[in-house]
Amino acid sequence: MSQKTEHLTCINCPLGCALEVTLEDGEAISVAGNTCPRGEAYGKKEVTNPTRVVTSTVRVKNGLRSVVSGKTREDIPKDAIFAIIDALAHVEIMAPVHIGDVLVKDIANTGVDFVSTADIEAV
Amino acid sequence: MQKQSSKRADDEVPNNMEEQIESSQRGKLRVKTESKASHEMTAEEVQAFPSCELLIVGGGPAGLAAAVSACDAGVTDILIIERDAVLGGILNQCIHNGFGLHTFKEELTGPEYAKRYEDMVKERNIDYELNTMTLDITPVSIDGVSAGCLVTTISKDQGLKRIFAQAIILAMGCRERPRGALNIPGNRGAGIFSAGTAQRFVNLEGEMPGSRVFILGSGDIGLIMARRMVLEGAKVLGVAELMPFSGGLKRNIVQCLDDFGIPLFLSHTVVDIKGKERVESVTIAQVDENMKPILGTEKEFEVDTLLLSCGLLPENELSAKAGIELSPTTKGALVDNSLQTSIPGIFACGNVLHVHDLVDYVSQEATLAGACAAQYLQERTAKSQDSCATEDSKAIVHVIAGNGVSYTVPSILRLEHLEETTTIRFRVRAVFSKAAIQVTLNGNELQTKKRPVMAPGEMEQVILKCENLLSALKRSRETGHLENILEISIVEGA
Repeated sequence: MSQKTEHLTCINCPLGCALEVTLEDGEAISVAGNTCPRGEAYGKKEVTNPTRVVTSTVRVKNGLRSVVSGKTREDIPKDAIFAIIDALAHVEIMAPVHIGDVLVKDIANTGVDFVSTADIEAV
Repeated sequence: MQKQSSKRADDEVPNNMEEQIESSQRGKLRVKTESKASHEMTAEEVQAFPSCELLIVGGGPAGLAAAVSACDAGVTDILIIERDAVLGGILNQCIHNGFGLHTFKEELTGPEYAKRYEDMVKERNIDYELNTMTLDITPVSIDGVSAGCLVTTISKDQGLKRIFAQAIILAMGCRERPRGALNIPGNRGAGIFSAGTAQRFVNLEGEMPGSRVFILGSGDIGLIMARRMVLEGAKVLGVAELMPFSGGLKRNIVQCLDDFGIPLFLSHTVVDIKGKERVESVTIAQVDENMKPILGTEKEFEVDTLLLSCGLLPENELSAKAGIELSPTTKGALVDNSLQTSIPGIFACGNVLHVHDLVDYVSQEATLAGACAAQYLQERTAKSQDSCATEDSKAIVHVIAGNGVSYTVPSILRLEHLEETTTIRFRVRAVFSKAAIQVTLNGNELQTKKRPVMAPGEMEQVILKCENLLSALKRSRETGHLENILEISIVEGA
């Protein structure tokens, strides 16, 4: 049975609590230093399966702006960030686009949609 | 070709508003060049202008939240003046997530957060004017009694316009510190941008400012842009921070630098920029405790772009011109607990008051400003309820920044406006660990809160309970204190 501790900064909110996560056989068994339950969940997840919400922009045709901002509707595995960015590179959307519209379905096989976070009206 | 002199007012933004007012009003305003303490006008003169009850300067997060709150508190005639083509302010270009955890209990991106408030403003049919710049705010009094302000705006569609407002909320936000204010030696080639300018290029215009990037300053926008530039295909070689600690939020260090292996050079600054036409390289060096570069520690990075994220300054030209007292530390207005400035009827909130880290706190502050402006307007209508204003309720408490604290907002508490709880926001001067925030009234401890870690980059707050403060004031009065001083200080080794 091997035990180790990892030190990390919670990124759930700007408090940035200094977390100490104890791992036993690759499994997070306890979190210290957090000030809320989300910190505990983050600490456990960050050392076993780190995830992020990815935000970026996509080209827009015929819109009042030439790009629209978007995000993965949920967080995705951290190591899929660049696959998502690559998948967005050549996407072009026709205006109008509205908040919540799906820009890319199931992006980079993550099972998560990439959705618009802004309204861009047509010219 | 010479312009016709009579067309001048329509064609140009005047450099000198006093002169402009004089020429176009043909002497209607009696006082022109003296200090803007207050311009005396007659009721008839005031009535000649279009009017509103409450005018809000700025349609960003602070202006929108203030408008919604004032409307909900019963103000019916509100006008928001916004110089951009859309509402929402800087949030529109902040496409990253992390907004709204406090306000909406969910994680939104900047444009989504802005849209929520924009919708609230539209649902309430609150008036707003876009593409309109506020040029001047002149406090006006009628028969020696302050009556409101005359606000001058300019827009392409309506030209120069004057509006009389009974109350004003300042919500103009802040500006980035530019290269000129940083004294960076070296060439002046193209490729040096403030981080926010780069953010606008990338996120709103869809243009990349460069391909190999160095960033000076570890403010949040710089950190956010480090990640953004990497995602858009640029190479970010590093971030240099003059101070021995980061100016940004810890979560941004983790998510924007650590995640992408971007080095952060603390206690470093840019000592040279090469490249006459376009930036070719940036040289950084370590600094000693006096912030002087240490010879021999230079590192040169071949880059075509330098982004600056070296602090934000509240944009208070309008406030200063109106005669509002400003804090030398925050560069924002000095306000009391109702966020009223030194001029009655003018309130301030958001980044124009002091720079915030979190939009959620801006919304909270603006909501308070809106409610207080509404109360001010109602009290004015109700007029002299002096009978209920006891000696006690007229009293004020000065709030001062003690050990380790650089400023407080508000800086005055007026007991007549004391709510059930009062939030005092402040920043610490340095990084503190295992310390506590202590609040004292006239030297006697009122409350102490332990804080494991505090840094200048993260705003702190204390929440005072009205009943605790009032009973402490009573005790203090019994011991003969005449002036009340509330001091916020950091106690180390707690």
